[in-house]
Amino acid sequence: MNRSIRLNMFAAPSSFYALSGFLLPWLWLIAIGFAVAGLYIGFFVAPTDATQGDSYRIIFVHVPAAWMSMILYLVMAGWAVFGWAANARLASMVARALAPTGAMFTFLALWTGALWGKPTWGTWWVWDARLTSELILLFLYLGFMALVESIDDVRRADHAGALLALVGAINVPIIYFSVKWWNTLHQGATISMTAAPKMAATMLQAMLLMTVAFWAYSFAVVFMRTRAIILERERQAQWVRDLAAKEAA
Amino acid sequence: MNWGSVSEFFAMGGYGLYVWGSYAVVLVLMVGEPLLARHRFRKALEQAGDVLEKDD
Repeated sequence: MNRSIRLNMFAAPSSFYALSGFLLPWLWLIAIGFAVAGLYIGFFVAPTDATQGDSYRIIFVHVPAAWMSMILYLVMAGWAVFGWAANARLASMVARALAPTGAMFTFLALWTGALWGKPTWGTWWVWDARLTSELILLFLYLGFMALVESIDDVRRADHAGALLALVGAINVPIIYFSVKWWNTLHQGATISMTAAPKMAATMLQAMLLMTVAFWAYSFAVVFMRTRAIILERERQAQWVRDLAAKEAA
Repeated sequence: MNWGSVSEFFAMGGYGLYVWGSYAVVLVLMVGEPLLARHRFRKALEQAGDVLEKDD
């Protein structure tokens, strides 16, 4: 009982607003700190790859961006559906705040992948399972954003978005397993990379540090956008009026 | 240390265009997105204040 009260507390936009405001500087600190460490190891400690030369260093942003693009979609779909099923306003706001960040990481995964594919495969793009399903992911994000913005009734827009996000979620396991299920130019899962132990260690370290940085970045920027959405939607709430009055003073 | 000189670092073993082309876009978007989010937040806070003035 006590526990559920405490958890529910943060479902109130005002509590989330305060908590996220407190966390933001720490999240940025983690994001920047881990990115600096990851880039240092990635460029100055990790050795040149025996077969790919230095082009492989794209991996330190490509793989974390691709992971985030998939994870953020599932998180977005989860909150969107929860916001719909449980009629939780904040959950729907978080879902909307996640979409642009997810779309950005999807674009980065595609962009860095093209720039890595050209020297490695000899082509920027190929219509194979992994690349095509990742491109569909970008369209799903853009479709979600366009849909929720195009419906004036905010809660109806949230519900429509939740339905689209839910149906689109089937695409994420397709992306993830595409390299197993179909023949593709794309290499298999990165984590089971079979390279010389010492090389794999520093390369993996750099990639994991960048992944932590991207996670912290995602939390930070999604919190910022959620706070903006809260203020936009709850303009009439007393606590927002108090806040605005304090800000104006 | 992998690089003998600064120019070697920028050359990236001949893959400079691809490596820096990737990192440049990552940098632009991951700096730009928080700035856009901050702009939206400040605008929302301002407009919340506008509602207040109309009521008074």
